Amino acid sequence: MKTQNQKAWYFVLPVLLLVAFNALIPMMTVVNYSVQETFGNNVFFWEGLRWFEELLNSDRFHAALGRQFLFTGLILLIEVPLGIIIALSMPRKGPWVPVCLILMALPMLIPWNVVGAMWNIFTLPDIGLLGYLMNTTLGIDYDMTQSPFAAWATIITMDVWHWTSLVVLLSYAGLVSIPDAYYQAAKIDGASPFKVFRYIQLPKMKQVLTIAILLRFMDSFNIYTEVFVLTGGGPGNSTTLLSIDLVKIALGQFDLGPAAAMSLIYFAITLLVSWLFYTLMTKDDAK
Amino acid sequence: MTLQVSNITKIVAGQVHIKPTTLTLETGHFNVLLGKTGSGKTSLIKMMAGLDPIADGQILMDGQDVTKLSTQKRNISLVHQFFVNYPHMTVYDNIASPLKVAGMAQSEIQGRVEEAADILQLRPMLNRRPHELSGGQQQRTALARAIAKESRAVFLDEPLANLDYKLREELREQLPELFAGRGAVVVYATSEPEEALLLGGYTGLMDDGNVAQFGPTAALYRKPETLVAAAVFSDPPINSATVTKEGNIVRMGDAVWDAPDAGMADGNYVVAVRPHHVSPVQTAKNTVALSGEVLVTELSGSESSAHFRMPSADWVSLAHGVHPYEIGVTHPFYLDPSACFYFAPDGARVIGETA
Repeated sequence: MKTQNQKAWYFVLPVLLLVAFNALIPMMTVVNYSVQETFGNNVFFWEGLRWFEELLNSDRFHAALGRQFLFTGLILLIEVPLGIIIALSMPRKGPWVPVCLILMALPMLIPWNVVGAMWNIFTLPDIGLLGYLMNTTLGIDYDMTQSPFAAWATIITMDVWHWTSLVVLLSYAGLVSIPDAYYQAAKIDGASPFKVFRYIQLPKMKQVLTIAILLRFMDSFNIYTEVFVLTGGGPGNSTTLLSIDLVKIALGQFDLGPAAAMSLIYFAITLLVSWLFYTLMTKDDAK
Repeated sequence: MTLQVSNITKIVAGQVHIKPTTLTLETGHFNVLLGKTGSGKTSLIKMMAGLDPIADGQILMDGQDVTKLSTQKRNISLVHQFFVNYPHMTVYDNIASPLKVAGMAQSEIQGRVEEAADILQLRPMLNRRPHELSGGQQQRTALARAIAKESRAVFLDEPLANLDYKLREELREQLPELFAGRGAVVVYATSEPEEALLLGGYTGLMDDGNVAQFGPTAALYRKPETLVAAAVFSDPPINSATVTKEGNIVRMGDAVWDAPDAGMADGNYVVAVRPHHVSPVQTAKNTVALSGEVLVTELSGSESSAHFRMPSADWVSLAHGVHPYEIGVTHPFYLDPSACFYFAPDGARVIGETA
């Protein structure tokens, strides 16, 4: 019979308390809302799973969820390869290293709402630098308040501008941790640059890349501020991502019950996909 | 194969890292580069391998100038101090990688890989990944890659430094056999004088980016040409002090002994003697009495060493057996005058030879 030291549990208690206060208790109130109807004044009516059923059968929810996945998929497809390419082309030694790192970190230092406002003004067709240039100098019809395509192009570009740096910095950290000896071995073997990437750099970057992809997935899947400030979810509903729709339901329509149910589903999807990503990406290591 | 370097120099940001170096390295024996960390062993190896640019000079392989040739075309191998293998490839693929890049036929690759794996006892591990191997096996994989490649020159840069004691001894014994009869020039860098002696062959004594002396290992040990060469080839550090020769005697402080026969003019010299020629016990050979205050003692199983202070210098004695030293107490020590090297005050060798 194995002896177990039950005292060890006491060491976990502080964390449990902390998690309870900042995550579990607030979440339980959401759970509470999600099964009831309220019209304010702390008066509640029991509704059971009605909000969940309605939501899962609602076209509006499906459309918002679809847009959310499209957005996250696109920015991952762009930011991850782009981040790796930029990291690979950055100098690994010398006086330019800090310059590059600071330039890379700059976009990430800007608050979300400022980024949204910046890009909003930047793309205005009459006074924005980009909007004006596109419409007059280049003669391309570009107005993200009118065209859904232009709105999508803008929110994707904005996110790429804002967050590719994260992938760059993490990949770069992985790259500089590779000892010179590996490159020398490749040089002696006569390996091509692609093989160096495939067999030395990529395997060594794998762990940080896993983190980068996870962070980018979670952040982009939960994105709200930037897109809301930039397009407000429009034109029409074309850029109404799940988070924007959620706020519309909760604060715009004050449907707290359905909004709470939506929050829980939102959370469950984020959790599930993150878990899937992580499991798939770390599968090889476990073997 | 002959690997010749003539006057190769390395300069980084205006600083001379490797002074002009000329060496002729032959196949059939180990060529050891012995020197402390930072003495330029790795730099020299990288220059010879073509991994680092050289500021000046020439590198010849079998008389052919390869100075401008890229590393991969020189057909060389390099085994590092830490274990460099492609992390997610199997041991088999790791050993085969240079052959695959060279575009060799699959059947020939298999033959060569299996031969190398047999020599290094890696046959059962061929399908494993490097991280599933012990340090010794990882380093053997790197060595197998060098062997399978049949390169013209193999550079071993402190390949045993990160292995534990037992593995190090085991692999060190195998190393000369591994490369015997393969026709490759083997260059082996180490910071341990003992390793150079064990591996035999030729040794280059490196100090401060300079090869102080190059020659057959045993000869170098017996006849260092300069004080620097003598110091590089001694662990613990060699003892030295200024002595005065007058007529038939040599005087160091209170200690006096007969001057060696060879014609040394009267005057000041630097005497150098390895610690194991200074004993706490008087013997037929250790005849010259010294005395010094014991500062530090170390007991390593069968040997004990003592650092002691004399008016003219701090010396070390290394002797077999356990000796009862007391720190801070003045003990007698006995010097073997026949084991002394005498150098001119500028460090150039004058006379002296040890067994």
